Amino acid sequence: MTGGPLDPGHLIDLGIGGPRRIRRRLPPGEAVRSTLIALVSTAVVFGLLAIAVTSSPNWADVQDKFFNGAIFSRSLPKIVEAFGTNVAMFLIAEVLTLILGLVLAILRGLPGPVFFPLRLIATVYVDFFRAVPGLLIVALLGFGIPGLGIEGVPGDPFLWGLVALTLVYAAYVSEVYRAGIESVHWSQEAAARSLGLNRLQALRYVIVPQAVRRVIPPLLNDFIGLQKDTVLVSTLGVVEIFRESQILKQAAFNFTPYLDVALVFVVITIPLARLTDWLVARDRARHASNR
Amino acid sequence: MTASVPRAALGIEGLHKSFGDLEVLRGIDLDLAEHEVVCLIGSSGSGKSTLLRCINLLEPIDAGRIVVEGDEITATGVDVDRIRRRIGIVFQAFNLFPHMSVLANVSLAPRKVLGLGRAEAEARATELLDRIGLADKRNDYPDRLSGGQQQRVAIVRALAMQPDLLLLDEITSALDPELVAEVLNLIRELAGNGMTMLIATHEMGFAREIANRVCFLDAGRILEIAPPAEMFSAPREERTRQFLQRVIDAGRL
Repeated sequence: MTGGPLDPGHLIDLGIGGPRRIRRRLPPGEAVRSTLIALVSTAVVFGLLAIAVTSSPNWADVQDKFFNGAIFSRSLPKIVEAFGTNVAMFLIAEVLTLILGLVLAILRGLPGPVFFPLRLIATVYVDFFRAVPGLLIVALLGFGIPGLGIEGVPGDPFLWGLVALTLVYAAYVSEVYRAGIESVHWSQEAAARSLGLNRLQALRYVIVPQAVRRVIPPLLNDFIGLQKDTVLVSTLGVVEIFRESQILKQAAFNFTPYLDVALVFVVITIPLARLTDWLVARDRARHASNR
Repeated sequence: MTASVPRAALGIEGLHKSFGDLEVLRGIDLDLAEHEVVCLIGSSGSGKSTLLRCINLLEPIDAGRIVVEGDEITATGVDVDRIRRRIGIVFQAFNLFPHMSVLANVSLAPRKVLGLGRAEAEARATELLDRIGLADKRNDYPDRLSGGQQQRVAIVRALAMQPDLLLLDEITSALDPELVAEVLNLIRELAGNGMTMLIATHEMGFAREIANRVCFLDAGRILEIAPPAEMFSAPREERTRQFLQRVIDAGRL
């Protein structure tokens, strides 16, 4: 087989090999040639870009304020440590989102007039939380609920930030689930029901397992969004990665700590994005081999 | 005492079903005795599949009654899931669950609906699969099986619920010709064991061989019902003659 990580086939599986056309196996010579062309073209484009930026009149100033190596490495340990808060938040929120999203999707799919109120609630919920900017939900819950001063209701901003993100992303995730559930052919439900399974059993054992397999890539996509949006809780005063970087920025009078934040998110997000593309490619290949 | 009449396994009276403005079934009356095999023939769109789906309550009916083993299943308030346990249906497109092994396909309903333990349900499923010679495929996923194998698994999946009545909806229509025989052999065996069956089919030769009676459906009505010898050699109705002539012309009888 052809090898190398830059083999066009591998790049397509990772989502950077260009649009998927009918794929032909390139003869070895041509494969090397096309890889070389890709490398040279990349070097030229980015080289020109770098020259344009660094030759600008105020580059020295900007370099010091945004790309300060000393501040970058000094800030990094603190930034990474603060990121632990974001990680805890998005891991918990992801689990809760998966559960709440599935419940919403199932409620929306209930048939018949009896379930109209539940369908209505689920529909209004999804419409509302997709319409309102996440930052507003975070602020409303994070400041509003503790502000009510009800006894026994915790005022922890981490908690309310977590709840807000879960509520918002559950709306998105429920739409992904719903698309997945609707993509399972009705004959599967007919087969399940004809064996005597009730509606809930048919969903649980037959429909949802097939639906979830199909929507894993778009679910991961929503998770990338959720992970990034954990920085919104910085507005509640939670010292997470972005809040920490703001503190460091003020202290050093330098924007470089933001670069640390960007790097951290890039490092955790890119593998997830590649994993998503790889899952899509694998799924496609499997379907292709079945038919 | 009157002479004992075999108890009706299935009774249908005045069954009507419409999809929107299209009246697909226009008053079907049909009785099946226990152990009887009845074949439904007729052109596409004559209502064969809809009739089977109505009997399994997969489609709500507009008017009429369906009685299974003395219980009216179309009465309001009946437990639909209980009824479906007693009526097995096998579909043209197999409809196996693609995310489950063959064994899981066959043992799912006995476990979840009949409440059997996993070990017992799987032992019974394996026994059934063994009877059709597919026990060695029990851990494979459906897409690893040929169409004929998949359809036989689908039949066994329905049998695992030990239904009183089996409905077969053109179960060989999606199969390559060379795979039809293995499925029909299994149905023959079931008929030999006394399974009550209502079979929608385009396989006229098979219908002639296996059926106690053959029904000709035309535009949502049972136009003619007769033993196969009579139906295929001396049909009474002109429409039946035309249909059978077309089948003969197509080389399928």
